[in-house]
Amino acid sequence: MTGAGPAEIAIDVKGLSKSFGGREVVHDLSMQVRRGSIYGFLGPNGSGKTTTIRMLCGLLTPDDGEGTCLGFDIRREADKIKRRVGYMTQRFSLYQDLSVRENLEFVARLYGMPNPPQAARDMAQRLGLSGRERQLAGELSGGWKQRLALGACTLPNPQLLLLDEPTAGVDPKARRDFWNEIHALAGEGLTVLVSTHYMDEAERCHEIAYIAYGHLLAHGTVSEVIAQSKLTTYTVSGDDLRGLAADLAGKPGVDMVAPFGTSLHVSGRDRDALDAAIAPWRDKPGLQWQPAAPSLEDVFIDLMNRSRDNFQ
Amino acid sequence: MSGAALHPPSGESRFGFWRRTYAMLVKEFIQLRRDRVSFAMIVMIPVMQLMLFGYAINTTPHHLPAAVLLQEDSDLGRSILKAMENTAYFRFTREVSSVAEFDDLLLSGKVLFGVEIPRGFERAVRRGDRPALLVAADATDPVAASSALSSLGMIVQTALAHDLYTGDPGSPPFEIRAHARYNPAASSRLNIVPGLVGTILTMTMLIFTALSVTREIERGTMESLLSMPIKPVEVMLGKIIPYVLVGFLQATIIIGIGVLLFGVPVMGSLLLLALLSTLFIATNLSIGYTFSTLAQNQLQAMQLSMMFFLPSILLSGFMFPFLGMPQWAQLLGECLPLTHYLRIVRAIMLKGSTLPNLQHDTIALCGLMLFAMTVAVFRFRRTLD
Repeated sequence: MTGAGPAEIAIDVKGLSKSFGGREVVHDLSMQVRRGSIYGFLGPNGSGKTTTIRMLCGLLTPDDGEGTCLGFDIRREADKIKRRVGYMTQRFSLYQDLSVRENLEFVARLYGMPNPPQAARDMAQRLGLSGRERQLAGELSGGWKQRLALGACTLPNPQLLLLDEPTAGVDPKARRDFWNEIHALAGEGLTVLVSTHYMDEAERCHEIAYIAYGHLLAHGTVSEVIAQSKLTTYTVSGDDLRGLAADLAGKPGVDMVAPFGTSLHVSGRDRDALDAAIAPWRDKPGLQWQPAAPSLEDVFIDLMNRSRDNFQ
Repeated sequence: MSGAALHPPSGESRFGFWRRTYAMLVKEFIQLRRDRVSFAMIVMIPVMQLMLFGYAINTTPHHLPAAVLLQEDSDLGRSILKAMENTAYFRFTREVSSVAEFDDLLLSGKVLFGVEIPRGFERAVRRGDRPALLVAADATDPVAASSALSSLGMIVQTALAHDLYTGDPGSPPFEIRAHARYNPAASSRLNIVPGLVGTILTMTMLIFTALSVTREIERGTMESLLSMPIKPVEVMLGKIIPYVLVGFLQATIIIGIGVLLFGVPVMGSLLLLALLSTLFIATNLSIGYTFSTLAQNQLQAMQLSMMFFLPSILLSGFMFPFLGMPQWAQLLGECLPLTHYLRIVRAIMLKGSTLPNLQHDTIALCGLMLFAMTVAVFRFRRTLD
């Protein structure tokens, strides 16, 4: 990421902090997002993802820190940022008592688009909502609401999309369609910052950042983040995994034990210590041990456990 | 979860009804306690309103402002004025020198009574001509005018006691001609129907906009709205203007019914009435909108509206004579748009007043509207901080 000129950077913030009622929700957060990339923003609930996104689009004022969004200062030029950014809120925030068409026309008018009815019709068509244009937004199913919300925030041709958990509670098919749309938009040159806690969605991003308890813990491409974790993982399958998990948990060198279907993931940050810890069970009959690459989920759960130790 | 089977669900027991009711009751109390503003209002509303109205309201008003047109300076004239003041109903605040000025003061509502002592009055009395003394009353509010007018009978005797007039005690030496202007039949309907126009408009307009911002916050649409390039003034005007039309329609209906069914006249200009009614509607909408930027939820917005509505009814001169209230209550009343609109609507409909008569109230309405709008724009939070 270093060496990218300001023209290629969509988001560039340093040291952002925000507290609510004495509780620090975001702490000293710095990040850079390249133009035209899909940047995944991951982290557990309450980790400060929404707060960070709101600071980026001027909905919240940072207590500390500074930076630019599309080249505009996030403190002083919120108006200019708002014109160029589409923000999709976590909770559906279009007017439930307006129809699909009326919602889209409202957005088009607000942004001063030349022909709002036409723009709304075109967008409804693009979203596959042509047949439902007259339906009230509140009556749409979860997946369609999501599509409509995405349509509304892409309607004024923004340069940056901020999507806050856009696929929460949406079925897998709708989620896949949604991601195809996001990739199509990025292909057109749009920068997309998307928060999620689905690991499979993280893999669809060009770059990811992991945030927990308000701290940015890791960032880079998926393989970079996995490599940075220096985690060693074994997959164990066989009999009585529940007993094994109980035995291994808490042993020095074993940082994490997690069941994955019919197998168990056993991970540690120190390879030698991990090997020593599992040695007594290594050759036990009925257990198959296999070295495995840690999954992104292993990495994140480890990061979260570690950050809990550090910050709580 | 596995332990649940050991205990039968408590709702099935004989006391299920009370237990569930109790659960609901506890929850409601907790929520009520969290909403501090509502809690404060539960205590504040009755205390404030009782103190306010208990002291302010007076149905037999005293010391009502009166003007005098003195066309001769005589001892008898002055005794009569003195006697009138002694009834405690009248207070002479202006002395004018022409009939035009006299009429103008009544039209603009600056005085409720006018007394004219004609030229050569004293001499006519001495001669035994039984001249007439004119007392003109603004009878648009019959309550305010009637007790003062009924006191006039005693005045003749009191005034003459000072002047040692000796004559036929059976026939008084002069007559007082009371003239109830604008509402000669003292019909309270003529007073109340125009008043209702203002009261109904206050109530409906306030509530239309009082919920507008809190509703957006509670439904979550505010977050989207704030992320879009729109300014607080634009949000405000966009939310107020549609209801100006609604209010105008409503005013037309009320005034139409007043004229057609209740026979209330429109003596003045209908256009002026329409214009100033629109101003009043916009003022109320602005105040309602301001409440919605101050309240944290819809319940609070409703409570604020009620807290504004009650004094509007009681202190504006709608139910009780405005000029009969103590000075401090009148000052409070001057801050309410309804006070000014009542003067406007009664004056235009019953007295046929024109804009120059009403400029004070028009300016006051404009001022209140701009004040409310300014507060609203500054109170509107542009971020979610």
